[in-house]
Amino acid sequence: MVEQVKKLLDKKLKSVEELEKLRKSILNNQDTSRITVSVCGGTGCRASGAEAVVEAFAEEIEKRELQVKIDFKETGCHGFCERGPVVVIGPKKIFYQHVQSEDVPEIINETVLQGKVVKRLLYTDPATSEEITYESDVPFYNRQTRLILGANGEIDPTDIEQYIAAGGYSALSKALFQMNPDKIVNEITQSGLRGRGGGGFPTGRKWQSCRTSEGDIKYVLCNADEGDPGAYQDRSILEGNPHSVIEGMIIGAYAIGAHRGYIYVRNEYPLAVEHARIALDQAIDYGFLGENILGSGFDFKVTINKGGGAFVCGESSALIASLEGKIGEPKSKYVHMSEKGLWDKPSLLNNVKTWANVPLIINKGAEWYSKIGTAGSKGTMIFSLVGKINNSGLVEVPMGITLREMIYDIGGGIPNGKKFKAVQTGGPSGGCIPEEFLDTPVDFDELTKLGSMMGSGGMIIMDEDTCMVDVARYFINFLKGESCGKCVPCREGLAKMSDILNRITHGEGKPEDLDTMMDLAEILSAGALCALGRTAANPVISTLKYFKDEYMAHINDKKCPAGVCRELIQYNIDPEKCTGCGLCARACSMNAISGEKKEPHVINQNVCIKCGVCYDSCKFGAVIKQ
Amino acid sequence: MTKYWISGEKSVEITEAEDNNTVSFTINDKNVVVSDGQTILEAVQRMPGIGDIPALCYHPAVRPYGACRLCTVEVSEDGGKSYKFVASCLYPVKEGMIVKTNTEKVRKLRKGIIELLLARCPNTKIIKELAQEYGVEKPRFSVGDQDCILCGLCVRACQEIIGKSAISLVNRGIYKEVAAPFYAYELGEGCIGCGDCAFVCPTGAITMGENGKPVLPRVKIPYAEIGAMMSGEKLSTSKG
Repeated sequence: MVEQVKKLLDKKLKSVEELEKLRKSILNNQDTSRITVSVCGGTGCRASGAEAVVEAFAEEIEKRELQVKIDFKETGCHGFCERGPVVVIGPKKIFYQHVQSEDVPEIINETVLQGKVVKRLLYTDPATSEEITYESDVPFYNRQTRLILGANGEIDPTDIEQYIAAGGYSALSKALFQMNPDKIVNEITQSGLRGRGGGGFPTGRKWQSCRTSEGDIKYVLCNADEGDPGAYQDRSILEGNPHSVIEGMIIGAYAIGAHRGYIYVRNEYPLAVEHARIALDQAIDYGFLGENILGSGFDFKVTINKGGGAFVCGESSALIASLEGKIGEPKSKYVHMSEKGLWDKPSLLNNVKTWANVPLIINKGAEWYSKIGTAGSKGTMIFSLVGKINNSGLVEVPMGITLREMIYDIGGGIPNGKKFKAVQTGGPSGGCIPEEFLDTPVDFDELTKLGSMMGSGGMIIMDEDTCMVDVARYFINFLKGESCGKCVPCREGLAKMSDILNRITHGEGKPEDLDTMMDLAEILSAGALCALGRTAANPVISTLKYFKDEYMAHINDKKCPAGVCRELIQYNIDPEKCTGCGLCARACSMNAISGEKKEPHVINQNVCIKCGVCYDSCKFGAVIKQ
Repeated sequence: MTKYWISGEKSVEITEAEDNNTVSFTINDKNVVVSDGQTILEAVQRMPGIGDIPALCYHPAVRPYGACRLCTVEVSEDGGKSYKFVASCLYPVKEGMIVKTNTEKVRKLRKGIIELLLARCPNTKIIKELAQEYGVEKPRFSVGDQDCILCGLCVRACQEIIGKSAISLVNRGIYKEVAAPFYAYELGEGCIGCGDCAFVCPTGAITMGENGKPVLPRVKIPYAEIGAMMSGEKLSTSKG
């Protein structure tokens, strides 16, 4: 009896035939007449209330016994975080934005049951003021090529069968049974895939050297220690489609001959950790992990390791030190990881996005993949578009798209009619690119030429109200705390650079400071131990290169042209425009503003802390920032 | 036939390497043959007179660490077409490589690093000497008053030689420091009082206390104490 129950509960797939049989039966059992309702459960949408929406749907569906009619799922990140919570109603994918739990009964009544569109929840294109009904017509989406992120909105990440139904693990069965390790490595090499974590090293070459390294024990590692301010694409993939990463890792392990794998993920990503864990458990149940995978004789196990939140642990050698239980400090890479990595064994470390690309390449072939992108950078890249931009969110575009297309066509331009000033790419050690280079195609090499880098795909848009000296100060400050502190150039150099930038933004800069900073930048790039230190001066170098006049204004004129650096600005009231309404005086927490009713008010500069509340509260534009 | 540099002012002719386990390359335009499996710094230190590489975080008794970066040299592996900076304490010797230990670029980099070290530790003898040698007069930066350069030699000696790990580097970035467990002011039972840490310390930042145990360079108020000060509570590790 027990044996029989065990057998019934045993979902382990023992061959490709069993996998295909399962896939067929899932697809056959799908009731296509059911209407799919997918609510984005990504972090961005959750922050704007998606969990309440999910709950409201679940309650409403149960209350009205609509389970047979509605195929309801909470999916991973859809990408359009600006408009969250996002709800998409299939099969035609009606796109609702800013949905709140109160809207749920109406959506069910109107859209699901009667096929009518709830107009007030539709997206309106700010450019044309046109209401857009379907997801595929939204400009944010229709300019993208969502090869990796596309599945995020389709499947429930906690249900492996949905991934299988969408064609999941077919790349694995192809790799295991129709290809040999050499052929797999060759396919990855031919595809032209480059590491998506920042370095842009050719993935195939990394795999090849790991494959040929001698050793019985090898490791496959997934770097999910995403720490760049404003970047969350690895998080979203791991949250929304963890199986694609796991499938990639199994293929990689088979190709290099590894039997153990680790996912190093930030502890600050609880949902990513949870979904990865569920996915691993399910993959074991279905026989994609463990012993004798799909009857191939190949064994592979994956363990999750939670990082403690140090930015530097995203650096490969620091990540390995952390995995080994040591202090997360980088080591020199004079001996490559493919020879001596984790516990001195050959190790293959790839970023989440790189792993997620692998099943795609195996399934569709290197030839197909290498047609996407530019000569030196193939495939798509996922960027997180954040900062002063209308459509912030995750976008996936083919390599080679221009910055302008990304910012204006997909990103919808700069809010409030402000002027674009710069885009910061590549995380804290990337650089700021000014407007004159907006038509540059985005790929690994072009961004490097501009003194920035691709990095992990962060893209922070800045408008005219951003002070570039302050931006450099922010990033250097971030890096000075997040450097591991091991080598002198990085620890001491960044601290001194931060001192100088602080002085400049406080109006105490000296003309020779700029040369001193360039000297420090040279010491960092030539002398630092790891890539974090060697690139850490990029924010300073690039802002000095493109925005030197702003530095000069801070140093010579003691002015902040963008009006950001508090010590260098002053708020005054224009007596011509002031109506004496007293709004600013009431808003001022320091009681620094005085004046008779209906008479022009005055700011007492000795008391003013320059918080800017008066500036924001004045309805007549009478408060001037100088 | 090539002349190879062995040590001091001597050079000899070697027709054939004595066994296969050797590597021949050039250091400062001199041909050398050394046994394989060592780093550039080790090779240079074993051949007096061939070049002088400063190093503060290196000690032959413990594994190289690569933190002070003073031992940076220029290396070419393509016959002199291109050079790169490497930390010689970690970089393995390789057949046919060209090493230059004292080029203008190298001296400039070292000078910059020494300026940073002098700003951190303006009163430390060895750093003042280096500053003089490399022509650093006064750092252009804000100046501190520490002795510890965080080379980690004390920590490594305690771990690798003694096997006690009684002290550790804690925190990261500018907050990094050498500390005893739980930021105790005095070292506990983990420390056997051998004095290894004080012995290897290149700057004299660790001294031996009256109780026979080392006194660590106190850099900042530990976080735990800040918490205690805020809550008004007294920690067991607090002084007095």
